[in-house]
Amino acid sequence: MFEFENALEALLTVSLLILSISSLGLVYRVIKGPSIPDRVMALDSIGINLIAITAIISIMLKTDAFLEVILLIGVIAFVGTVAFSKFLQKGEIIEYDRNN
Amino acid sequence: MKVNDLILQTVTTLLAFIIIIFSIYLFFAGHYTPGGGFIGGLMTSAALVLLLLAFDQKTMNKVFPFNFLTVAASGLLISTLTGVGSFFFDVPFLTHTFDYVELPILGETALASTLIFDLGVYLVVVGIAMTIIQTIGESE
Repeated sequence: MFEFENALEALLTVSLLILSISSLGLVYRVIKGPSIPDRVMALDSIGINLIAITAIISIMLKTDAFLEVILLIGVIAFVGTVAFSKFLQKGEIIEYDRNN
Repeated sequence: MKVNDLILQTVTTLLAFIIIIFSIYLFFAGHYTPGGGFIGGLMTSAALVLLLLAFDQKTMNKVFPFNFLTVAASGLLISTLTGVGSFFFDVPFLTHTFDYVELPILGETALASTLIFDLGVYLVVVGIAMTIIQTIGESE
């Protein structure tokens, strides 16, 4: 059914498939998840899966132009998760004076 | 409600430096590889937002004692002045040039005047993003 040029491409395609299935499972958790923290954790994991997918695709395309994107998704996913967590914990994201 | 954010604050103080170094790398990489003033500015504001999340507005005002609207305005001024500067060499508006310069550590480097224009873009992006976030974040 599928024909690959070499073993590496087959391996990368299978990895992409596994990551896609994993992302689909996380999407199920985002939709279904009973509590908000479940959804936040699932979105954070989707971001990490996205990093892996970007890395594998940049190997497949034989380019190093996406290396910045990988670090960028990591930073943005972290900031987003921290912001969400702070909203869940305190109800406000940016406070004026935390000592009172 | 008083909360102890020791882990978040410790991680943030370390991570903010890494993100700012990454943003400076993106800013200087823009000429030949992916990057540039816009995404560099966005990364810098991501680091500042992370500091704003882990600490508070009052601490940020103490650490960065300037109005971010002034940053945006000075960036716009720098970008316009690089455009106006091309008039002094009798070429059309916004003409850019480059030259090979011998730098102390880096050796022979091509320095383009586009970099100054990009610095303006960088400052505008940082200023506008931080102004929007601080304005929205202000409660009451």
